[in-house]
Parts: sequence; C-alpha cells; structure tokens
Amino acid sequence: MSEIIVVTSGKGGVGKTTTTANLGTGLASFGHKVVLVDADIGLRNLDVVMGLENRIVYDITDVTEGHCRLRQALIKDKRYEGLFLLPAAQTKDKTAVSPDQMKKLCADLAQEFEYVLIDCPAGIEQGFRNAIAGAQKAIVVTTPEVAAVRDADRVIGLLEAAELRNPALIINRIRPKMVRHGDMMGIEDIIDILAVDLLGVVPEDEQVVISTNRGEAVVCDERSRSGQAYRNIVRRIKGEAVPMMNLDDSGIFSRLRRIIGLR
Amino acid sequence: MFEFLARVFGRETTASKNVAKERLRLVLVHDRAGVSPQLMETLKNELIKVISNYLEIDEKALEVTLETNEDQVALVASIPVRGMKRVSRELVSGI
Repeated sequence: MSEIIVVTSGKGGVGKTTTTANLGTGLASFGHKVVLVDADIGLRNLDVVMGLENRIVYDITDVTEGHCRLRQALIKDKRYEGLFLLPAAQTKDKTAVSPDQMKKLCADLAQEFEYVLIDCPAGIEQGFRNAIAGAQKAIVVTTPEVAAVRDADRVIGLLEAAELRNPALIINRIRPKMVRHGDMMGIEDIIDILAVDLLGVVPEDEQVVISTNRGEAVVCDERSRSGQAYRNIVRRIKGEAVPMMNLDDSGIFSRLRRIIGLR
Repeated sequence: MFEFLARVFGRETTASKNVAKERLRLVLVHDRAGVSPQLMETLKNELIKVISNYLEIDEKALEVTLETNEDQVALVASIPVRGMKRVSRELVSGI
C-alpha cells in the first residue's frame, strides 16, 4: 500500500522543498522505498537541496512527453537505499505538464514506491493544480507569520475543494524564545486559526542552512533540533504516535544538556 | 522603551503576536467569505428560512453583507418585516 502525499503552502519561502527533502530522506532512512517528485517546473530546486543536481539526465517532462521511460528519469540517491528523485524541468513552464499526466505519473510511481512525495510550487495556479492532481493526502507547511498563515488558510480551502480533505499542518521555523516573549504566534495560535490537524513543528535552526549548503538533509543530523523534529514527523507519517517535542529549552537542565552536547 | 516596560510588567495585550493573531483573524473572515459568494448565498437562504418561522419578511428586499470597520467585521442584514406570524405570537404569549 503506497501513499501519495503533496507538500504545499501557498506562500513561497516557508520551507516546502526543505521539508519534502527531509521527510523523503527520513522515510528512506527508516527503510522505506521513497520517490520525491519536483513539481515546480521552471524553477527546479529539489535537486540542489538533495545534492543530486549533477546527476540529472532526464526530467519530468521527458517522461510525460515520452522521450524516456519513467525508470530512466529517476535519480537514485546513493546515500540511502530506496530513495529516488524525479526532477522538474528547468527550461519549460508550468503548462508543460497537465493534471491528467500528473495523475498517471503518480499512479505509475505508486506501483513501485511506498511513498510518493510531491514538492508543490508556490502559488495557487496551474503548477499547484498539477502538483495536487495525483495526490491522496496533503501536507501544508507554514511559518508563524501573518502572510504565511493567511496563504495556508487559502490553500487549505482549495485542497478541500479538490477533495483533499484534512490536510496536515507543519509549522516551520518557529522560534521558541520569541513565542515565549509573546512576539511570535505559537502552535496553539496557529492551530486555533487554521483549525487543522498538526503533523509537527520544526524550530528555526541554523543547521538547516548548513546542511542545505552541503546538499545533505538535516533529518540525519542526530544532534540538531530541527533534525529531531523532522524525524518525529517522519514517524508520525509512518503511523506512530509521537508526542510533540518540547521546544522550550530555556530551563537550566536543557541549557546544561546543550552545553555538554547531550541535547 | 514603553514596549519594554509594558513587557516587564506583564502587559500581554501589547505582545506583537496578539496583534498578528487579531489581524489574521480579521483578514481571514474576509478571505473565507470572499472565496465563495455561494457561501453568502447559502447563509442568506438559511437566514430567510429561520426568520420566516417567526416573521413575515420581504425576501426579495433582503440584503446580507459583511462590513468592515477599523477593527471589526460585522454581518449586516437588512430584513424588511411585513408582519408577525400568528404562530410566533402564540409562541411568545405561551412563554
């Protein structure tokens, strides 16, 4: 039984691609067979975030236009058994793929993979329509900002209109210290407004930037807070009941643990 | 400086997250309503249904809109009443 999940947000820059890369890598590290589909045609990015940019031969439009077989366009990530990427086209525009083609593509991939994760482009136009066309479930990524939450609300409405009910929310780049001081919306505030199920919360973490610079996924960094958060989300996707991580690390013990590198 | 003092003395209402949440709440009332004119139509029809149980109203002249003041969104309904219904009068006197 496979799952086809689209990762979307409405607003750009909230961490869709980073989230897709980390959830995919995380699922693969648990031994699952995973394919990541970059649906952001014209603005290919998932390849560089995954560190696979030098290995692209064919892309998604080569498959839909019949220039190559699906198998040929998939790039295998040599670091993880069972992790594959289907890259977006860089020189075409969003109309190069149709929703029907995406549906067929997703169905074909689901034959072979346990998880098909689709990285959706920002916006709510054709690219978004394509990306969600073949999905069975949706993950909405947002950050604790007014604009991002507003766009998430809009996207949730559109997903539900497209029969993708009960999307799950990931709140990304939260800063516990600012939340504590009342200068950033917290988890409850955002859930209160959006009224959806919470899949996970990822704290702001410089380690994400460092890992992405290297083309690695932070989910495999045992010591980082964001990596821990992503691992928790991966386990929740697998169906485990994992409690929400305690983000408040202001206590003396957490601080001590951090100082001696235990976390 | 004032904000700092306010924070020190625990005046939570000045916290910027509350401002953010309130602004979001207001903008979403409009976004959500604005997304589908169908929703307003459904709301209007259900209002007619409920009110007609008690009052005789002029359905054609009925207007329902969302109006925004500086910091509040209000549902404004203009409903011309033709008369009370006998049933409702009995209901009221029964109580």
